Amino acid sequence: MSDSLGRAPARLLVPAGLATLLLVLPLVSLLLTAPWSMLGEQLGTEALRQAMWLSVLTATVATGVCLLLGLPLAWVLARVDFPGRRLLRTLVIVPLVLPPVVAGVALVSAFGRTGIIGEPLRAATGLSLPYTTAGVIVAHVFVSLPFVVISIEGALRSAHQEYDAAAATLGASRWHAFRTVTVPLALPGIAAGMVLAWARSLGEFGATITFAGNYPGTTQTMPTLIYLSINSHPEAAKTLSLVLLLLSLAVLVALRDRWLVTS
Amino acid sequence: MPRPILTRLLVPAAVCLLLPLSACGDDTTEIKVLAAASLTESFQTLEKQFEDDHDGVDVKLSFGSSTTLAEQANDGAPGDVLATADEKSMDLAVDGGSATGEPTKFATNALVLVVPADNPAKITGFDDFADSDWVRCDDEVPCGRLAVSLLEENEVEQEPVSREVDVKSVLAKIASGEADAGFVYASDAVAAGDDVKMFPVPGADEQPNPYFIATLDQSGDSDLAQEWLDLVSSDEGQKVLEEAGFSTP
Repeated sequence: MSDSLGRAPARLLVPAGLATLLLVLPLVSLLLTAPWSMLGEQLGTEALRQAMWLSVLTATVATGVCLLLGLPLAWVLARVDFPGRRLLRTLVIVPLVLPPVVAGVALVSAFGRTGIIGEPLRAATGLSLPYTTAGVIVAHVFVSLPFVVISIEGALRSAHQEYDAAAATLGASRWHAFRTVTVPLALPGIAAGMVLAWARSLGEFGATITFAGNYPGTTQTMPTLIYLSINSHPEAAKTLSLVLLLLSLAVLVALRDRWLVTS
Repeated sequence: MPRPILTRLLVPAAVCLLLPLSACGDDTTEIKVLAAASLTESFQTLEKQFEDDHDGVDVKLSFGSSTTLAEQANDGAPGDVLATADEKSMDLAVDGGSATGEPTKFATNALVLVVPADNPAKITGFDDFADSDWVRCDDEVPCGRLAVSLLEENEVEQEPVSREVDVKSVLAKIASGEADAGFVYASDAVAAGDDVKMFPVPGADEQPNPYFIATLDQSGDSDLAQEWLDLVSSDEGQKVLEEAGFSTP
């Protein structure tokens, strides 16, 4: 508890300890009270396997989309000077503070069957996003993208622009510098943003159910299945939560050595 | 010295926060009614009636899902009356010891088919809804189980596009035009007014959803609680429920 700078002060250690307890205690309680004996039986059910597969699929695709769209947006926010940049950054962050159900309602008003874009799109092509797996992915991208943009923008800002400038003086085009200098330097931030987005997608419930609905195999993800089980089979709901918890832990542990170690 | 200033500001603030609590002891009597969310409109009407008939009585209504309310009552949540939208939740409260006396069945609610006001799929009734984009409650919730039972009875094999988490979500999808048809309770359809059009479901009257009411063990004034029960079962109360779309026994 002490190093060359002296003892760590109690007024920092005590809140730090409380914070740890607050985060860890509920999860430990879930592990302790979960009906482990039901785990095997639950894992065998069609509903769980479908929901799990759909959750992993949509979270992964959504994370990919977040990277494809979020990296360029983060680069624009960090590297291009233009009027309204601060406004744009604020707008990008708004979905972070929206209650997910409101995010769902917002998505419905834009892309729903009666939405501003959804209605003409459906009239012209017969396609519509609600009740489809693509709708789930759109909902996930909407709630996860801000994490990716903020995380990557932070990384781009701390990777100083001088390196880009150096690349430019050596004759690199801006696109070449972006690929070979900017992105490699921001890689830890990019990775962290993607992990956050994936985790956020995996747990996403409110926007998904409001926008895309709930049907096994098409739109029913793990959180929806858990929510529906709480009313009628609370024990099953705990087991399902356990599966989701273990799955996300497994992924975080698998990624930890590569990306998440900060020291 | 920041700390004393902070203290000087905080103490009066804390005192102010506590004041309203101590000011509660005036002479109005309060009864708290825990009721299923589908009873919102009708119980609000009855609340006014009850308060007009009883001077100095304040009725507090708390709406929620029947199961949640029954569990809260069993946990000792303050309340005088419990009204549930199914028998199972009332059994839960009886078994948990919070509902005292014999629960009374005071209304039933039949499942109906609703479509958006502009009826985009041009549905004319139960016979031609099944090929549209329709929704119902999930199998895990009572309105979903009832829908499944009626759909099986009527040999409908088509699947919905979505199985919503509760009946209000189904209604919202229809009222906003996000789905072509859906199954809700008659009281929900009435509450939605002009936003939806309603069609009967064959056999729904034979499988109505029963509503039960009982006084609670923790009631501070069981006579007054009983009077609320009496009002609900009275001709006056039953008329209010019928106007809200319920059927009465």
